[in-house]
Amino acid sequence: MAEVEIKQENLVHARPKLLRDNLMHYCPGCSHGTIHNLIAEVVEEMGLDGDCIGISPVGCGVFAYNYIEIDWVEAAHGRACAVATGIKRVHPEKMVFTYQGDGDLSAIGTCETIHAAARGENIAVIYINNAIYGMTGGQMAPTTLLGMKTATTPYGRDPRLNGYPYKISDMLCHLDGVCYVTRQSVHKPANVRKCKAAIRKAFENAMAGKGFSLVEVVSTCNSGWKLSPVAANKWMEENMLPFYQLGDLKDVKE
Amino acid sequence: MKKDEVKLMKGNEVIAHAAIRYGCDAYFGYPITPQSEVMETLMELKPWESTGMVVLQAESEVASINMVYGAAATGKRVMTSSSSPGISLMSEGLSYLAGAELPCLIVNCQRGGPGLGTIQPSQGDYFQACKGGGHGDFHLIVLAPSSVQEMNDFVADAFDLAFKYRNPAMILADGAIGQMMEKVVLAPQRDRKTNEYIAEECKDWAACGRGEERRPRNVVTSLELQSEAMEVINKRLQAKYKALEENEVRYEMIDCDDADYVIVAFGSSARICSATVELARAEGIKLGLLRPITLYPFPKKPIEELAERGVKGFLSVELNAGQMVEDVRLAVNGRTKVEHYGRQGGMMYSPGEVLEALKEKIINK
Repeated sequence: MAEVEIKQENLVHARPKLLRDNLMHYCPGCSHGTIHNLIAEVVEEMGLDGDCIGISPVGCGVFAYNYIEIDWVEAAHGRACAVATGIKRVHPEKMVFTYQGDGDLSAIGTCETIHAAARGENIAVIYINNAIYGMTGGQMAPTTLLGMKTATTPYGRDPRLNGYPYKISDMLCHLDGVCYVTRQSVHKPANVRKCKAAIRKAFENAMAGKGFSLVEVVSTCNSGWKLSPVAANKWMEENMLPFYQLGDLKDVKE
Repeated sequence: MKKDEVKLMKGNEVIAHAAIRYGCDAYFGYPITPQSEVMETLMELKPWESTGMVVLQAESEVASINMVYGAAATGKRVMTSSSSPGISLMSEGLSYLAGAELPCLIVNCQRGGPGLGTIQPSQGDYFQACKGGGHGDFHLIVLAPSSVQEMNDFVADAFDLAFKYRNPAMILADGAIGQMMEKVVLAPQRDRKTNEYIAEECKDWAACGRGEERRPRNVVTSLELQSEAMEVINKRLQAKYKALEENEVRYEMIDCDDADYVIVAFGSSARICSATVELARAEGIKLGLLRPITLYPFPKKPIEELAERGVKGFLSVELNAGQMVEDVRLAVNGRTKVEHYGRQGGMMYSPGEVLEALKEKIINK
């Protein structure tokens, strides 16, 4: 493809230097790409790319390590916060963050997440909540809304059969080791900007030794939800956001 | 010359001292009987104030082994310890550590199983330690101490082997070796490796940050979705295990030169069986003892040579229902009799009891 020349005054947004130039495996319409972009920007702007270690999860985000030009460790399913603890404890001066989905963090990894938070580990957690297991083909997650159809709740999530969805971010706010919990989204430009500021704050907290920070990003899974990207965004606004309300849940100033 | 520093200590306490003195960077663990003294001793010694070693009590064995995985992924010398049920919980992590080729040390102070079992000594985890102990084709390097002194010595040996082969190493002890007190000469204090040293030593693989010079990034993972590429990784692992089998086998032989019969035993069993050899010799029975020190790689060759030389029978003596005996049989390969004698559930045999078993199962049969 021929290089298109863009005049500097017309440049609105450029690929972050740390975002690698390879084809992403994510489905069209997926928000992982946008969130990767934000992390790459924050790491670059904070000048941390030589001192940053990311921990990727099991789930669609497992290949996060293919896209951001930093050192990565791929964790077993749900164990990212324990892996991050191990790294941060032997490298307290480094930036250590995890990137996890709702199945990874709030189902199989609940124990590791809560205890890393309770200990006040100086790490940042980026938590992608799309209320479904994406990589394994759209099964119910702990975050799946009541009535929502998935591969393992084909008639809709019924609380008598499947229990209720829960908000791990709200639960984490009660822990003394936690300094910052926020719920964001990236479905509109204004939300993208807010989400970036939140990620930046979480990274700054980790570097300043303020404790455990978590940025939940309410996201879509248009493949799993069986909706077009546009319809998935609309469905998220109408169904997810009333339950998973956006905004800061905890922000300890000092 | 400075006199050796002889101490009287429990095996578990020695593990803690040896780790600090080796220059270990971090210990992550969870309490379980009969090995809780390892972390208790570390917490009492406060190595973070002397050498800078991190000691952290995790919320579970699952978390401990994944903390080990994370810290090991940065090239640091890190360890955990546990006992049988806890090691089962770590199985997932062991598989990931082996798959990602991360060096580290795991100490298993075995107790009787299955399930919650007992808190007394057992050797029931031989299969788990030597045949994988997790999913997929992999091996741990397994060292079996039979004295408190070896609890000290094998910490350094296990770390050195783990780093030489980029593979997790296990010290497979048991409740007896962990709990008993014995004389021990502790290793001298070594310096911990600096971040700069590790960044250079492990620059091809450790994920400790790309550094000021922005070296090419490192990704620690055991994932490869392309079958062709995953097979290549498996073949590389198998080549490593072959190199271990060729170069790192360790064992001890007592009175095997003229032996008509040979006991194969490791760890605390080997201590008991060395007394059986004395009893047998006093009765005129030419008995020898072969003590595998590395359980993986297993000392196949010396057993094969003894069978080839005309040993009339082997008795594998283990505190289990017969696990290592399978490896002894494979080495002997039908040349002569191989039987097993064991006790379970935390029970121990006496030297005389083993001698009776040898007569009944091998000599008089």
